[in-house]
Amino acid sequence: MNVIRAVGRLWLVPVTLVVWEVATRAAEQPFFPPPSATLARMGEMWLSGPPAHLLLTEQAMDDFGPSLARLFAGWALAAVLGVAAGIAIGCSPRLSGYLDPLIHLGRAVPPPLLVPFFLALLKLSTPAQLTTIVFGIIWPILLNTIDGTRTVDRQHLETARIFGFSTAQRLTRVIVPAAMPKIFAGLRLALSLALILLIIAEILAGSGGLGYRLLTAQRTYLYTDMWGCLVVLGLLGYLLNSAFLLMERRVLAWHRNARQTT
Amino acid sequence: MLEITDLVHSYGSHRVLDGVSIRAAEGELVCVVGPSGCGKSTLLRSVAGLIRPTGGRVLIGGQPVDRIPDNLAVVFQDYSRSLYPWMTAANNVALPLRRRGLDRRRRREAATAALDQVGLADAADKYPWEMSGGMQQRVSIARALAYRPSLLLMDEPFGSVDAQTREDLEDLVLRVCAHHGMTTLLITHDIDESVYVGDRVVVLTRSPARVAADLPVGLGDSRDQIATRQLDAFVRLRAEVGRLVRGGSSTSTVLEKH
Repeated sequence: MNVIRAVGRLWLVPVTLVVWEVATRAAEQPFFPPPSATLARMGEMWLSGPPAHLLLTEQAMDDFGPSLARLFAGWALAAVLGVAAGIAIGCSPRLSGYLDPLIHLGRAVPPPLLVPFFLALLKLSTPAQLTTIVFGIIWPILLNTIDGTRTVDRQHLETARIFGFSTAQRLTRVIVPAAMPKIFAGLRLALSLALILLIIAEILAGSGGLGYRLLTAQRTYLYTDMWGCLVVLGLLGYLLNSAFLLMERRVLAWHRNARQTT
Repeated sequence: MLEITDLVHSYGSHRVLDGVSIRAAEGELVCVVGPSGCGKSTLLRSVAGLIRPTGGRVLIGGQPVDRIPDNLAVVFQDYSRSLYPWMTAANNVALPLRRRGLDRRRRREAATAALDQVGLADAADKYPWEMSGGMQQRVSIARALAYRPSLLLMDEPFGSVDAQTREDLEDLVLRVCAHHGMTTLLITHDIDESVYVGDRVVVLTRSPARVAADLPVGLGDSRDQIATRQLDAFVRLRAEVGRLVRGGSSTSTVLEKH
């Protein structure tokens, strides 16, 4: 049954591909290469290397290596900073009174606008790119963590008070687990934002990586290469989201089940 | 053991407790019964140190309650919000025991023993959401037992479970409180329950709450869900408490059914 249902959901993908193939072949536009040509070019660019390297070409290493490293470094940094600051602000009404206006101001600034500023400030492109990513994606993590920390059930907190939990116990055993569902929602949103900001940062302050490859392909009229980059970015976003959901399902099993039964 | 003297509490200009005085001797199980919304929970929260009452005094073992005492445990009505859903039953029971200076293994042993006492020896590794309401409330009681408090507070502990489970839990509480010699203050709106479980029944008036009567139960230590409820003494006392809760005076001779 599940297989049939999965097939039932997925049929639109091949149909779209076939329609696209037929349409692009008929149109013969250089801007719109047929998907078969794009796929062939992707294989050529990234997957025609030696078996010892899992078929990955040198170009694949150059394109994906730096991009994925920046993506994960930026996301991890934003996660640590956002969750730590969010818990501190969520636990302290005074701190949040001071910082709330600043947070909403900072959140409203479009991060791509800050790339030139970060470049001028940090000179090297990688720190500037990382700063752009962190600055762009920290907001959903921060705001969700604050919200999650503030809305811990009163009775959970009173139970902790009655049984005299230490501050560390209250934080690690009560507040953080209770806020975890909201923190994870923020982290997931941040992950998809990180991919967007990564490409923007690489286009604007680039030296290597997928965004840079995309830009050079477009500038040198290599439209099939450009489409290859677009497709691989889409796939990457999909894979990252799926992997994250898988992890979330394991970590937050209690939350899903508790909601189903009550 | 527990001395509540002239307790007064107001939320803003709204007076909830109006000079409530209750005493409980060591090992005594005192039921506080009163109409819904009369301030029973406010009373319990004052005793627990969760709120600071506007006036009056609470002494536990001679010590004034100015913050949350370390020899006190609470069983709340809403078990689903009192147990931590991200922890197993055993971990829920064991977590407060860190304060008692027990190492990991001893905490686990104490938790297992307490779960065994409430008849949940097999459920140690279950999560709250894998259990029925009655089982969750048992875990809550086990957590209080393992903590070894000298005063146990229960806020409508059987208010959210079905009738059969309620009877089982009443007997469980009677058994474990007697076994540990714990002083217990049980708050309920259920007249029948207050007489069945209590050594004494304190009846509160409608808000603002005052003590309408303080009645010894005198049904002896062993109680039975069927036999005890048929005793003349039980029926008379239940009627008496019922009249008081409805605002009558204790000398009234009109019998009311409920």
